[in-house]
Amino acid sequence: MNGRVGALVRKEFRHISRDPGTLGALLVVPLFLLAMFGWAISLDVNDVPLLVRDLDHTAESRALTAAFFSSGRFSRMDDGRDAGEALDSGRAAATLELPRGFARSLGRGETAAVQVLVDGSDATRAATVIGYVEGIVMRFGAERITLKAAKAGVALPSALDTRPRVLFNQDLRSVNNLVPGLVAIILIISAVISTALAVVREKELGSMEQLVVSPVESWELVAGKTLPYATIGLISAALVLGAGFLLFGVTVKGSILELAFMTTLFVFACLSLGILISTAAPTQQVAFLASAMLTLLPTFLLSGFVFPIRNMPPIIQAITWLFPTKYYIEILQALLLKGVGIGSYWRSALALLVYALAAASIASVRFARSRGR
Amino acid sequence: MDAIAVEGLVKRFGTFVAVDGISFAVPEGSVFGLLGANGAGKSTAIRMLCGLLEPSSGRASVAGIDVAADPEGVKRSIGYMSQRFSLYEDLTVIENIRFFAGLYAISRRKVETEAERVLALIGLAGREGSLAGELPGGFKQRLALGCALLHAPKVLFLDEPTAGVDPLARRRFWDIIYEVADSGSTVLVTTHYLDEAEYCATVTLMHAGRIVAKGSPAGLKAERFPGAMLEVDCDRPAEAIAALAADGRIEEASLFGSRLHAALAPGLGDREDAEETVRAALAAAGFAVRSVERIPPSLEDVFIRVISESAKGGPL
Ligand SMILES: Nc1ncnc2c1ncn2[C@@H]1O[C@H](COP(=O)(O)OP(=O)(O)OP(=O)(O)O)[C@@H](O)[C@H]1O
Ligand SMILES: [Mg+2]
Repeated sequence: MNGRVGALVRKEFRHISRDPGTLGALLVVPLFLLAMFGWAISLDVNDVPLLVRDLDHTAESRALTAAFFSSGRFSRMDDGRDAGEALDSGRAAATLELPRGFARSLGRGETAAVQVLVDGSDATRAATVIGYVEGIVMRFGAERITLKAAKAGVALPSALDTRPRVLFNQDLRSVNNLVPGLVAIILIISAVISTALAVVREKELGSMEQLVVSPVESWELVAGKTLPYATIGLISAALVLGAGFLLFGVTVKGSILELAFMTTLFVFACLSLGILISTAAPTQQVAFLASAMLTLLPTFLLSGFVFPIRNMPPIIQAITWLFPTKYYIEILQALLLKGVGIGSYWRSALALLVYALAAASIASVRFARSRGR
Repeated sequence: MDAIAVEGLVKRFGTFVAVDGISFAVPEGSVFGLLGANGAGKSTAIRMLCGLLEPSSGRASVAGIDVAADPEGVKRSIGYMSQRFSLYEDLTVIENIRFFAGLYAISRRKVETEAERVLALIGLAGREGSLAGELPGGFKQRLALGCALLHAPKVLFLDEPTAGVDPLARRRFWDIIYEVADSGSTVLVTTHYLDEAEYCATVTLMHAGRIVAKGSPAGLKAERFPGAMLEVDCDRPAEAIAALAADGRIEEASLFGSRLHAALAPGLGDREDAEETVRAALAAAGFAVRSVERIPPSLEDVFIRVISESAKGGPL
């Protein structure tokens, strides 16, 4: 590394290490957010107390019951009590009733009815539970058909009518969906806000003039200011991905290499924005407000923490096009959740690239011009 | 050769003229003082000389390098302590020093010896590990000076380096300035303290963007006060000023604390009975005079005179 950039980077790391607030905000808060939101979400969709009334007492009925509990989503309550009472008292969140003749109907190839009652007092939770129920029943049904087809020695009907739909968590709230948003938030905080604050702090302190009067060049100053926060942002993002895996089993389904590359691009765009804000803001307060309004707030809205993106008013959805976060979150969702490659998200990647280049050019022109003034 | 040469330097901010055609030259190895009230344009002038601000017109060269043509070249040969700066308070003394050494790309091998030299010079050896923010004010300023000296600049610009520190610390600071000048560097320093100006080889007084007086402290005094200067202790000094001003033999009178400084018209001051003249004039006007003493004029006297003359549009 260039000696002057090295000196600037070392100094910035010293500032950061002497200010527990910054380091905490950059490294600990994201993990805290992940843990808090993650558990809040996963708690109310696991261990749903389920009361089972099996009136059929056959191998088939027991198999379906077992499918419910082996999913890990439900915990068993004693059988046989009054379903309505169990729901009303809140001891059960759902009940499953298998009527007499269930196995017989299945065996004849008729539609076999099961009754599921779900406590609807918490709509979100109810929707999630219904999703689980549908998933389990559907899988059970599909397995039956496959089994029967194999026994009968016929080929499986090619068009088993399964319409794709969101089975679990229909409003897209889940730990899986939190992780991309959280990664984006972390990067925004460290790459935009911290960078802008770090530059403006030098202006406020008057030390910027001292730097400008030294032989340090503009690009060296920018590199020295941005590299530390980019590094911390990336470490923090990696921590969140790691914690997401360890705590909630969230994995990166797509290519890690693409993830690293796209994240670098996003960080580059963020750093440019941070520098751009620093050239316009006279004080740290203004810098903080400006970067929070321009970058953190939209990211927060887009992250799915507050409300699902598709439920947002159209006007806000339109505004989100103005910020790089939208594209990055789309890319993250593609890479983390869907496990698809650049072929499917190249539009977002291109938008991000254009954004990054535009922000970087404006920032460098403005920074070179505003130095020391 | 002059270390700093300035000719007709002008800086405009919009229609406002902050520096209005100043000219001066500073010989190598000397200490040059730039004085002036708030807003006189001192900092603006220094910042143009450091390559931080582009001059609106005029020419300036520092260490033989033209400021407008090669500001980056100027930056390499100068040290600068800006008015507002007092280091990174969350870094230790030695960390501050190493950081600035790094900015000037001083080689690793040389950093430690340079740091030692500077620490000894500024009297901070043994305090390398203290946080800059926990140092007393005077030490902070010396550390800032040390950081500006690491790369052994040919010309050193100090913008109000002693603002807000106690007289003893100011004295200590000036000792260091002399040492720097003795080692061959040229120092341009701005200050509000007129006692400090007495330490400079040459002083320049700026007022509203212009240079209104220039010379050595002794030369300025002789030039502006050819007559004697008397310090008068009497009752009701404020009213006494009016009485003295009415007397044709007194050129000027002003208040210094509870005492008066009265400058006698040239010619009169040489006479043995100057003290008696003033005593008699005041007694005649009904003031009780406790003492009248002949004193050398201070730079303050000089500058009060110069500024009031320039305000009246009188000779500069
Ligand atoms: N960037 C700027 N834009 C507009 N006006 C400015 C700018 N910088 C300085 N000025 C004005 O120029 C004048 C001279 O300012 P300068 O800082 O040079 O004075 P100074 O002699 O250093 O005063 P002080 O003793 O307060 O430091 C002031 O009136 C100031 O308001
Ligand atoms: Mg000033």
